[in-house]
Amino acid sequence: MTESRSTLCGVVVLISCGCLIALQERVAAGPPAEEVSAAILRIQEVSGQAEGHVAARQAIQTLQSQDASALLPILQALETANPLSANWLRNAFETIAARTVKQGQPLPVDEMFAFLGEKSHNPKSRRLTFEWLRRVAGERTNSLIPGFLNDPSDELRREAVARLLEEASAIPATEASAQSRRRELYQQALTGASDDDQVRKIVAALKEYDISVDLPRHYGLLTDWYLIGPFDNKNESGFPVVYPPEQQVDLAGEYAGQLGPVTWQQYSTDDSYGTMDLAKLVGPHKGAILYACTDFPSETAQPVEFRLATPNAWKLWLNGELLFEREEYHRGTFFDQYRVPAKLKPGKNQILLKICQNEQEQSWAQDWKIQFRVCNPFGMAVSQPEQAE
Amino acid sequence: MKLLNRICVACLVCNLFTAAWAEDWLQFRGSDNSGIVRGTPLPETLDGSEWTASLSGRGLSSPIILGDRVILTCSDGYRQDRLIVACFSEKTGDKLWQREFWATGRTICHEKMCVATPTPASDGQRIFAFYSSNDVICLDLEGNLQWYRGLTFDFPNVSNSLGMASSLVVRDGTVVCMAENDTQSLTFGLNAEDGTTRWQLERPRSANWTSPIVWPEDNSLVLLQSSKGVSAVDPRTGATAWEYLDGAATIPSLTVANGVAYVPSHGLTAIKPGSSDPRTPEILWQVAQLSPSTASPLVHEGRAYVINNAGVLVCADITNGERKWQCRLTGKFSATPIISANRLYCFNEQGLGQVVRLDAEQGEVIHTRDFEQTILATPSAANGALYLRSDRNLWKIK
Repeated sequence: MTESRSTLCGVVVLISCGCLIALQERVAAGPPAEEVSAAILRIQEVSGQAEGHVAARQAIQTLQSQDASALLPILQALETANPLSANWLRNAFETIAARTVKQGQPLPVDEMFAFLGEKSHNPKSRRLTFEWLRRVAGERTNSLIPGFLNDPSDELRREAVARLLEEASAIPATEASAQSRRRELYQQALTGASDDDQVRKIVAALKEYDISVDLPRHYGLLTDWYLIGPFDNKNESGFPVVYPPEQQVDLAGEYAGQLGPVTWQQYSTDDSYGTMDLAKLVGPHKGAILYACTDFPSETAQPVEFRLATPNAWKLWLNGELLFEREEYHRGTFFDQYRVPAKLKPGKNQILLKICQNEQEQSWAQDWKIQFRVCNPFGMAVSQPEQAE
Repeated sequence: MKLLNRICVACLVCNLFTAAWAEDWLQFRGSDNSGIVRGTPLPETLDGSEWTASLSGRGLSSPIILGDRVILTCSDGYRQDRLIVACFSEKTGDKLWQREFWATGRTICHEKMCVATPTPASDGQRIFAFYSSNDVICLDLEGNLQWYRGLTFDFPNVSNSLGMASSLVVRDGTVVCMAENDTQSLTFGLNAEDGTTRWQLERPRSANWTSPIVWPEDNSLVLLQSSKGVSAVDPRTGATAWEYLDGAATIPSLTVANGVAYVPSHGLTAIKPGSSDPRTPEILWQVAQLSPSTASPLVHEGRAYVINNAGVLVCADITNGERKWQCRLTGKFSATPIISANRLYCFNEQGLGQVVRLDAEQGEVIHTRDFEQTILATPSAANGALYLRSDRNLWKIK
């Protein structure tokens, strides 16, 4: 009895000591949730020019050492993170998730599925969630893909479009309704497609059914512009020059141009990808500048992206405000080459472009062209009110 | 006696570590940027694939090797806006960890290039990864982020619509990042410790795909090559020590050997810091016929080697640029060769590896292996093994 009591006392003392040590450690570190919140806040303060790095470097060490309970708070923090701090948070998420999986511990799968399912969350953090869920719960995650067809996230939409294209090509030709089923699947896929490689596949497939796709409408490409010029750009000197259209857009105005008086003229393109070939429309002038102007009506104030492609130097204004300028000549032309965030106001929005051609003589340096579209930040066309379906 | 034994064992362990780490390949074309394998010679053939790892993204960057780790960058996603740093076991090829990030700069590139074109660098404690989007990522050796910079986020006109390719170098605690282009052309010296900017230089406004090169002498310098020439800058301050202003190529990068820089300029030009005026380098020779194409020149044991745009390997005497011999290789080259012992290892764009024996009087292709994939990345080497990557695979050849 005495021995048992001694043993019991020993166990109690040991447990007490253990609890005391754990409590001391907890007090020293602070409650984990508060510790995580504080670390996240420090990281969210990271900004350009290495601002906030000192505090963030300490904070990320704290965050990287947390267990899986920190994963959801990190995902939620990505909602309001800037592109730089988002990468700090992403690394903390992946470090914790990778360690957890390696140790055979579970990720908070149900909470992550709930996060993924909420379309109002940041598309990038939802994609991150999707990728980690696919690693640990592949079948359940993949079953969600068809539901992503009209998702705000371009990366999730891409999965759904790819799935439909696979389905269409897997339908046996011998099946009686193969043609109509395929056509339906391609048409369905088009509603979610914004990546040009997928759109091209769909367009080619639908062509076999004599269905043509209105690509300018699908992408939000602008095909009608007022043009004025040429103004002088000999020796690439015209880029910084403020010609009259930059001071005021007056479609009735007449100005001294490079070769004589110039006025605004209306042009449009029937190019399937909405490319305005200025050298063909106005003439293959060299060392010259054109301005292009159009109005874009919007029913509401809304964030958009202007996406343009040109091998020429350019400046872009929205409602008189310079949004971006780039003095680069003949380094290629690519779909969605430039992405410029903008905010439309309700009513008419005046878009003005300055497109500069230099005097390079190589055959590939004769291009003077612009392709311009208005879309939401994830690539889907923003329709003008009169175009809305 | 026991104490003596312990000291001996400790020394042996230290030596083993030193030997292993001495052969690390820490940046583009090796720790000294020369492309010359200083340690254990490479095998004479390319047949011995010790392992082949699958990659989860594209890349033209070279692997770097730190002890038992092979580090590689890739870019993935339809827009290549997913930036990847992956770490493999040097022994088994198993992936030890992988970290991914979202590009904050432009990811548009010519189809031949990709966002993961610049080669990462290391100071032995940290990994610095750089991409065409001008994102700079610093990780520890376990993949834990130390800091992250977005140079195009900071300077939105720092980009090139064809893509950017300059690799990083680390010298004196400074990570030198060239982000030179037609519009806003800058080179940065970032503090390796915390990513803050130590200095930034306005550079010639012209697209530039060359890489900074460390000057492997006692005096601490990094050479920046551009369309205007070469600037030798102090990595701690960005101050210019000397400049060569007679123009230079914007794709192949210079190489330095024995206090002389061999610059792709008017063919190949050999320059060294001036003795009378230290700000003006002395031109030793200039040979128009020694014109490197995309691959950078190499200098080894008194000879300079360039591959011209016809795919011909030309060997010249480094004392006067006189051509000694030439050897026709197969194919067009983007990757810069490396040299080990008296052999040159080159990989053409179609994936044909060629081993060339470099004799005094002639060069001879003594072995080939077809990797059957496009190869544009410069190979790396450490501890007697050659590392090669494509868009799909990383090979260890020993």
